[in-house]
This record gives sequence, C-alpha cells and structure tokens, in this order.
Amino acid sequence: MLKRTVPLVIVFFTAVILIIAFFIPHRPFGDLESRFLNWTAIVGGFTLLLGLDSLTKHHLVKIWRRQQGWPYSLMLVLSLAVTVVLGLYSWFKYQSPFDLRAPFMWLYTFMIIPLQSTMFASLAFFIFSAAYRAFRIRNFAATLLLIAACLVMIGNVPLGSTFWHGIGGFVHAIIPGVDVTKFAGLEGFASVKDWLMSIPQAAASRGINIGLALGSIAMSLRIILGIERTYMS
Amino acid sequence: MLTLSGLFLAAVIGLAPPASVCAGDTPNDQGQSISLTWAAPSESVAGQIQPPFSSAESGGSPVESAGQVQPLATPAESAGSFIGYLIYRSTSPDSGFAIIGNEPSARTEYMDSDVKDGTKYYYRVAAYGETDTAESAVAGPAVSHAQWFNTSRLNILVMTIVICAIFMYYIQRARKGAKMYIRKIAGLDAIDDALGRATEMGKPILFSFGLGYITDLVVIAALPLLRKIAKKSAEYSTRLLVPSSDPIVMSAAQETVKEAYTESGRPDFYSADNINFLTSDQFGYAAGVDGIILREKPGAIFWLGYFYAESLIMAETGHSVGAIQLAGTTELTQLPFFVAACDYTMIGEEIFAASCYLRPEPIMLGTLKGEDFIRFWLIVLTAVVVVIGTVDAIANHRIHFLSSLFERLVAWATPAYE
Repeated sequence: MLKRTVPLVIVFFTAVILIIAFFIPHRPFGDLESRFLNWTAIVGGFTLLLGLDSLTKHHLVKIWRRQQGWPYSLMLVLSLAVTVVLGLYSWFKYQSPFDLRAPFMWLYTFMIIPLQSTMFASLAFFIFSAAYRAFRIRNFAATLLLIAACLVMIGNVPLGSTFWHGIGGFVHAIIPGVDVTKFAGLEGFASVKDWLMSIPQAAASRGINIGLALGSIAMSLRIILGIERTYMS
Repeated sequence: MLTLSGLFLAAVIGLAPPASVCAGDTPNDQGQSISLTWAAPSESVAGQIQPPFSSAESGGSPVESAGQVQPLATPAESAGSFIGYLIYRSTSPDSGFAIIGNEPSARTEYMDSDVKDGTKYYYRVAAYGETDTAESAVAGPAVSHAQWFNTSRLNILVMTIVICAIFMYYIQRARKGAKMYIRKIAGLDAIDDALGRATEMGKPILFSFGLGYITDLVVIAALPLLRKIAKKSAEYSTRLLVPSSDPIVMSAAQETVKEAYTESGRPDFYSADNINFLTSDQFGYAAGVDGIILREKPGAIFWLGYFYAESLIMAETGHSVGAIQLAGTTELTQLPFFVAACDYTMIGEEIFAASCYLRPEPIMLGTLKGEDFIRFWLIVLTAVVVVIGTVDAIANHRIHFLSSLFERLVAWATPAYE
C-alpha cells in the first residue's frame, strides 16, 4: 500500500507545485524548475554508475564463460579501462580531461569522433535503401510520395536550377515568343519545393504536433492524478 | 535609421544624447532586475526630440575631446564614429553615477540584473563615439520587485484551466458509466502477431526506447507496451532483449519486465543480462543495437521511444534480418524514416493512447474522449481564424475590425515563454 501511495502523492504534489511555479515568478517558485532540473542532472550523473555496473558485468560474464564473441567483450572492457585511466591521468596532469593537450582529448578527437562520423555517414546508404522501398510505385499514395520527394530533392540542389534553365531554353526553341529570362526567373523547382514544404508539409506536421501536445497533456494528467501507474511497475 | 538631414545635423553638432530614457522594474520576473529603454540619438537628432548635445560648445567649430582638438566630422564619419551606449547608475539622482554596462549602437535596451529589491536607482545612458560622449537626462527612480503572477502567461493559464476542466469532466462522465469508444490502432493490434511470428521462428524479441530518458513522456507511455510484450514473451518462452541508452530507463525496464514475468508465473525466465545498458552515445548506441540485431537476428523488433538520426540506421538493419518491426515515436522528424523502414508505425499521439488501448477502463478512455473534444474545437477555432485572416488579406486589410480581430487572436494564441 505504502509502496504505491507514497510515490503517487510525491508525483501529485511535485507536478502541482511545478505547474504553479510556471505562473509565479516570485521566490521560491520562480527558480523551482531550474532547481529540479539541477537535481535531475545530479541524480542522472550518479545513475551512470548503474549503467557502468550493468555494462561491465554483462561483458565480464561473457568473457568468463567464453561465450560467442567474447574477444569483442574483452576489447570493450579494455577500452573502457583505458578511457578511465587516461581520463584520470589527464585530470591530474592537466587539471581537466578536456584540455587540448590531454591524452583523453586525443582519444576523443581521433577515435570517438571518427567512429561517430562513420556511423552517421552510413546513414546515407540506409536512407537510399529505405527510400527505394518507400518510393516504389505500388499505389496512388506511394506515387504521390515519389513525385513530391523528387520535386523536393530537385528543388533543394543547384542542379534543379540548371534543369529549370534547360527547360526554359527548350521551351524557347519550340515557342520563340517565350521570354527565357522571365521563365528562368521563376525558378520553378525551388518554388514548388518551397510550396510543398511550407503548405502541405507544414499543415500535416502541425496537425500531428497539435495531436502530440494534446496527447502529452492527457498523459500528464493521467500520471498526475494517479490514473496511469505503469511507470511505477 | 539615419536620415540625410539627421546625418548632417549630427555632423554639425556632434553626438546627440539618447532620448526618452525609461527605467522601470522588469515585468514578470523574480525581482532583482531593472529594464532600461531609450530612443537612439539619431532618431532624436532627425526628429528633434532632444536639444542637440553641447551645440553651444561645438556650434560648428571643431570638437574638443580629452584635451585634443578634433576636426569636424563629415556626416559619414560622424555616423561611423558612433560606437554604442554606456549605462550609468546611482542611488542618488545628483551624484555617484558609475558605469555598470555598455550596449552596441544597434540596441536600445539594457537589463540591469545586479540590483537589490526595494532600493531606488537612477540611470543615465550616454551615447559614445570615438571622440564624443553625450549623456541623457537622469531617469528614475526605478525600484525592482518580484511579481506574484506572470501576466504574459495568462493565456496559457486560461487554456490550462479550460483543458483540465474538459478532461476532468470526461473522467467524471466515464466514472459514472458513460460509454466510451476507442478506435482500432493497427500498430497495437499487430503486437500479438509480431510476437507470435518471432516465437514460431524461434527468434528473440528486441525492444528499444531509443535515446529517451525516463523524463520523456513517450518513454513512460512505452512502458505499458513493454509490460504487455514481456508478459507475452514469458507465455511463449521467447527471449526479450532490451538494450538501453540510459541507466534509469534500464532500471525501469528491468523492473517492468521482472514484474510482467512474475505476473505470468515465469519469474525464473527473467535475466537481467537481457536488459542491459549499452551507451549514452547516440551512434555508439546505434552501433551496439545493430550488432545485437545482426548477432541475434530477432523475429520482432519494437522501436518505441525517443529517436534521432539513428532511427533509420537501426530500423534498416532490423529490416535486413527480416524482422517484423513496429515503431512509435513523438519525434516528428523521425516518423518518415520509421514509416519507410517498419511494418507498422504509430503516428503522433497514438503511442500516448497505447496504455488506454491496452487497459480500456472507462476512466482511461475518459481522457481520450476529452482529448478528442478539445481537438474538435481546436479545428473549429483554427478554421475560423484562417477564414478571418484570408478575408482580411483579400480585403487588403481595409476592414479594420477584421484586421484587429485577426491580430488579437493570433497574438493571444501565441504563448509567451519568457
């Protein structure tokens, strides 16, 4: 009983106080939100130990039992140890692990950043394969998606402008009366892209955003009033 | 903006002091702050608001500064020599003024955040250039104090009360037994199929909260889904993997799964090793999850939480191993990626409705009904404002009443966060 009621009471009062604090700038309410965020950051910092415990235990057990792929786990544990040692060494020697001369920074600049960049770069290939599947002409909606996506892509790159000027030249060759300068000035692909992004796309995303905001309010109310308790397990 | 006559006048008479200096308590704050505003000296020169600075001293002759005689500046030079403003403060109107800050020439306001509540302060603003300084008249006294209500958030308060009242009304109605209906959500209906398929194939299930923290509503909304999936996985004896990017989310997931297994009568099936922490780093997490997918080849994958650019990397890897994938996130920019890569995607607030869908008790459904009611009136209100704005634009803003109404509605509906 107490295990359920006490957290619910804490949640209710904390939420109500924070909602009130949003409208009252006077102390002690005014800086309550930032104070709570500071507490969250402090608690979050300590919980990293929980994560570290889970990570090392998981991989040490794997190494100990010689499970499949254990050399990778060994690599991970060694990397973790080296990072911690270098971080502490940099802290003692340069007063900060983030000093540009520190070996920890070297590790960050020449190992972690390139690895992150590599993963991020791989996104281009994943986008290509996902786009191929999404844009296949299977039905009317997929066809519309394909056309809209092509127009947005062409409108976003300088090549789109070149294409448009080319079309202008072609039209001028067929109908000599057409003023190519005026035609080129319209920048058709870029204009279509702007229209697609600022009208249909913005309307759809705002609709979803309004729904999300209402869903968030409903969910928050359920939590504050204790109707939704699943987060407590 | 400097006019030609203003420039000429400025060149002849030197810098003009800032005009209309106002000092007052900063509104809607927690005290200890006074705001200053003034008009740019160029405006005062052009508009002749203030008497020109030391016109008697300069009077068309070279300006004397720091003991050196400076030649009279040309208009362009004069405009170029104006650097910015110096802010002076004192607790007495007659003496003791000291510089407390400066602002560039483009700004005409200053916030003094180093004041004591209840103390009277006097201010002077000086326009300064390379050779000239022109001080304004004394402004004040200004006294700072904290406010008990942020008036700029009145519209938010009104809307909060209205929305909460509507929700409470529908919750009460639900409590009294009014019938509520919830439409089918394909993504949630597909959970059982996905779990059954993974079990038939003898493959594990993977569940990811993405990079969400426990403070994110979408993560809290995904926990009941994890519970349902965990229950089913225990019933089917199918391994459930939950790699986490946040230690608190990991702990919450461990507790949820442990409890679900216990409820299903399979506490022995729980292994903390399956619900582990990977890393908080975005692409490190993506690499870790990709590794798990490629090694374990899960039959069903659930992406329910907060995702950024890593969403497609992970979902495409899931697709490559032939897993049935179900996604749901509140991150709008990632929805197209999930729609492209996954079999089912919960769009927008559908994920928030998940707990009501899984536990369709009247009191839960009451909040959904309230949500729909507000949505309906928001649509009506938006349509009305759009019509007013369009008619106003067509009439070329000549119908004053419509223009004013439209501007007021838009201003009122725009929340103030400051």
